[in-house]
Amino acid sequence: MNARFKPGQRVRVREWYPPGHVRTPYYIRGKSGEIERVCGVFDNPERLAYAKADDPKTLYRVRFRQSDVWERAERPNDTIDVEIYEHWLEGT
Amino acid sequence: MSDRHPHHPEHHRPSTYHEKLTAAVLELLAEKNILSPAQITESIAVMDARGPHLGAKVVARAWTDAAFKQRLLADGSAACREMGIDVGTLKLVVVENTEQVHNVIVCTLCSCYPKMLLGIPPAWYKSKAYRSRTAREPRKVLAEFGLDVPGDVTVRVHDSTADMRYLVLPLRPRGTDGWTAAQLEQLVTRDAMIGVARAKEPAAV
Amino acid sequence: MTSHPRGIHDLGGLPAGEIDRSEHQNDFWEQRVDALQRALGLLDPPLVRTDELRRAIEGIGAQAYDRMSYYERWITAITEVLMEKGVIAVDELGRKIAEIEAREQA
Repeated sequence: MNARFKPGQRVRVREWYPPGHVRTPYYIRGKSGEIERVCGVFDNPERLAYAKADDPKTLYRVRFRQSDVWERAERPNDTIDVEIYEHWLEGT
Repeated sequence: MSDRHPHHPEHHRPSTYHEKLTAAVLELLAEKNILSPAQITESIAVMDARGPHLGAKVVARAWTDAAFKQRLLADGSAACREMGIDVGTLKLVVVENTEQVHNVIVCTLCSCYPKMLLGIPPAWYKSKAYRSRTAREPRKVLAEFGLDVPGDVTVRVHDSTADMRYLVLPLRPRGTDGWTAAQLEQLVTRDAMIGVARAKEPAAV
Repeated sequence: MTSHPRGIHDLGGLPAGEIDRSEHQNDFWEQRVDALQRALGLLDPPLVRTDELRRAIEGIGAQAYDRMSYYERWITAITEVLMEKGVIAVDELGRKIAEIEAREQA
């Protein structure tokens, strides 16, 4: 597996807002967090949504501090983990 | 128990539009030899056989067998299969509650849930309010469920946005030393495995 | 507009009221929708994938999304994807529903 990012690495979710079937939630776009683990390689749901199983992507669990995601987080060090495909991430 | 015959409407009242739509699609697929009524009945049976009791078995084993717990945390699906539970293509990630960390699961985009282990999720898990609020204010949501998480415990939310499904390994309740796995299973609830509750206390059973 | 708006299904972080925690058993037709969705995905090759159904649900429009229950959305999405693929046609579906209604009244 040619994973671009490694556990512990800081990443930022791209600020893209495309139409289509996207599994990167609105609330996490543009936010920065840390790779918690590399989940493996899976077919891109953005293409599976149109019956095309031809685009494998590396999937990561990314951990964010709640205070890095929301303006008024309940506790700053609470976290939220989100699964995000590699093409939605950039190194910081 | 409802009549499982595919052509009988529920409770002998007039069918709703969507009940009729469902029946129509199923009949057309059967006529076209794409899916038979037997395949549908089989699929219902597969889901009926799944439920929180399976998750409870896995949790109780993890509480009593430290090596199994490590395997469970490393690869949740493989550990379930090891226990003879057929989880199909489920990719299970088990997250462990500790004295310092409390985990809670949500799918903000739809309602992803480890169905091949726990069965069908409760309606509230699929509700707009749970999906909207749990990501942003998990402590408030947990308080609504009757669970107050102390300030010195970290709350971790897991949003199942892709291929992994999540199960919370609740904290083993105190006062259960020497309990067998079968006894411990009685303490493990569906809500504890989603993360909106703790496992039951011994006094509760 | 500076960006594509958030999808109607993309709810994380939006304000919402109290969670209704009442529990109920799914109706039989709902169990059948659930079973149908799984069975279609297990065909080889899959006839309808979960991702296709999600995409169809996301496209039903805000009014439908708000008014329909969970399984109403699912059977609508399943029907739509089957129609897209030419497995079921609108007219045969209409005729079949009429047939079912006639049977019920008999």
